[in-house]
Amino acid sequence: MKFKLTFWRAVFIVIMGLGLYSSFIRYFRGLGAVSNMTDQFPWGLWIGFDCLCGVMLAAGGFCMVGAVYLFNVEKLHAVVRPAVLTAFLGYVLFIVGLLFDLGRPWYIWHQLIYMNPHSVMFEVGMCVMTYTTVLFFEFLPNVFEALNWKTPIKWIKKIYPVLIVAGILLSTLHQSSLGSLYLIMPSKLHPFWYSPALPFFFFGSAVAVGLAMTIFESTQSAKVFGRQLELPVLVTLGGALLVALWVNALLRFEDYFHRGLLRAIFKPSYEAYFLWLELTLTFVLPIAILSFKKARLSPQWLYLASIFTVLGFITNRLNIALIGFETYVGHHYVPKWTEFSITLMIIAMGFALFGVAVRYLPIFGDEHEQAVPARLPRNEVEAARALASPVLTHAGD
Amino acid sequence: MSKAILYDATMCIGCKQCEGACAQQNKLPYDDTVAAESVQSAHKYTVVLSKDDKFMRRLCMHCEKPACASVCPVGAFHKTAAGPVVYDVWKCIGCRYCMVACVFAQPKYEWQSLNPRVRKCIMCPDRIAAGKQTACAEICPTGATKFGERDELIAEAKDRLRQNPSNYFPYIYGLNEVGGTSVFILSSQKAEEYGYPSPAKIGDIPMPEYTGKVMERIPDFIPVWTLVLGGIYWVSHRRDEVAEAEAEERNGSKR
Repeated sequence: MKFKLTFWRAVFIVIMGLGLYSSFIRYFRGLGAVSNMTDQFPWGLWIGFDCLCGVMLAAGGFCMVGAVYLFNVEKLHAVVRPAVLTAFLGYVLFIVGLLFDLGRPWYIWHQLIYMNPHSVMFEVGMCVMTYTTVLFFEFLPNVFEALNWKTPIKWIKKIYPVLIVAGILLSTLHQSSLGSLYLIMPSKLHPFWYSPALPFFFFGSAVAVGLAMTIFESTQSAKVFGRQLELPVLVTLGGALLVALWVNALLRFEDYFHRGLLRAIFKPSYEAYFLWLELTLTFVLPIAILSFKKARLSPQWLYLASIFTVLGFITNRLNIALIGFETYVGHHYVPKWTEFSITLMIIAMGFALFGVAVRYLPIFGDEHEQAVPARLPRNEVEAARALASPVLTHAGD
Repeated sequence: MSKAILYDATMCIGCKQCEGACAQQNKLPYDDTVAAESVQSAHKYTVVLSKDDKFMRRLCMHCEKPACASVCPVGAFHKTAAGPVVYDVWKCIGCRYCMVACVFAQPKYEWQSLNPRVRKCIMCPDRIAAGKQTACAEICPTGATKFGERDELIAEAKDRLRQNPSNYFPYIYGLNEVGGTSVFILSSQKAEEYGYPSPAKIGDIPMPEYTGKVMERIPDFIPVWTLVLGGIYWVSHRRDEVAEAEAEERNGSKR
């Protein structure tokens, strides 16, 4: 196979080159040289984006596994594999990101022997570690199928119920706990973002972004890999996204109402501008779009709504991690270009690995029935019957 | 019998000998340049600030219920029975959660190091163990920094406020802040004037309680949520099995 230099490959090479340079600075000159983090701003872009947003963007995995295997939304079956792949890559890259951000990454294993059960960070760490393992097993059937290994697939099928329940349990725990990380900073984090309900917000936004990312990813993959777009899938996801956004919006409203901030959030201020941007992207635009039935049935509008949602919740988490601390600290934090370049490198690695996986593994393959745990309907007729059967059963009563 | 430090700003003459003694005790560089620095850092655990001919010291407050110890994923910080909040560099993985969590912004980082450590005042635990005072208290020429039993120092601080009310802003900073600390500040002005967080803002609740409320629910949440998820899985898959069986039956009867 001949290597052809396309535009995106050139971009990838440049990003990787700059990223490697920045990595060198990180490990041979130290955190002070590579970042604009200071004693006043000990958590920067890497915690704000790579960790908080990274884990959120990977939430599609547990959302789709939950929808398909827990709630039997058979329609969404086609997106489970890409969602699990994204989640697996997302978590692996999250750990890669941590290796840059931790001051002493070579001691990361201390987590396993010096446990502090009172620490939210400890809980998040353990959950992420275990969940990445679960995702690895959920992803493994792809590899076995590609190699045509039948027996190991059977083994994994046997433990599939355990993997599914464990994966969702662990996701519930650590997605919400990322928010709990900030509960201990009531006097530092701006009241627009500090709330006792942070764990609920983080879980809620993970579900919304999980759905939005799956829409985004399916549309994007259809474009890039020239696949047929599964419209019924997108429509189902779009409807669920609308519900998730409303739930999130109501939670936020309730919180501001109870803390008496409803007036303050409309008063112009540095924080308010960022809050407005966030609320417009997370709620106003996507909810407005999805409220129209025509938009909910149109791939283009669904794509747009999903992009707004994802950008909105990224803004939300960056506001929490960075903007929300600026008033307390008394000055701005702007990441150094080397910080950006490492984040970009990690994102680029994600895209590249996704592309490689799709090329060599049956991610979008037609053989996906093989990895389905036993007792799922095989074709659409049976699926329709299965869905209708509870109704029929009760009608006979 | 836990130890504490009482710093009385009205007695402080701003000689900065505590800074020097601290540097020497902790093997940190100290010269005129460092002395002129008015911020705490990885190489300056304590600082004497001056404003309008008045002075104020800053150092780790050694909270009774320290946030740094509660948030550290590997338990690198802990509050000793003797009073100091100490740091075990070997355990530390460098997540810097302690720095973000501390309301007094005391933990500082060696940003330039390739194997960085968190640095802060550790209240000379070796000296305390040897029955000595902290280096800063020992060298203080006026007794502005006084080392002693926590209970006795609280009584003494209250005494000073009672006997010389005109000298002081009537508040013992550290007595109740975030559930009480082991460093108490007396001064003629509010401690907030010198960068201490305001008592109204940080409150009396020990910081670990903010996350503790959530963390203590997790042991109950895990089995309950597992049962719920397992239940949903079982129900939705049982439904499939029944549907399949019924479909077979129907097909059979048609034939």
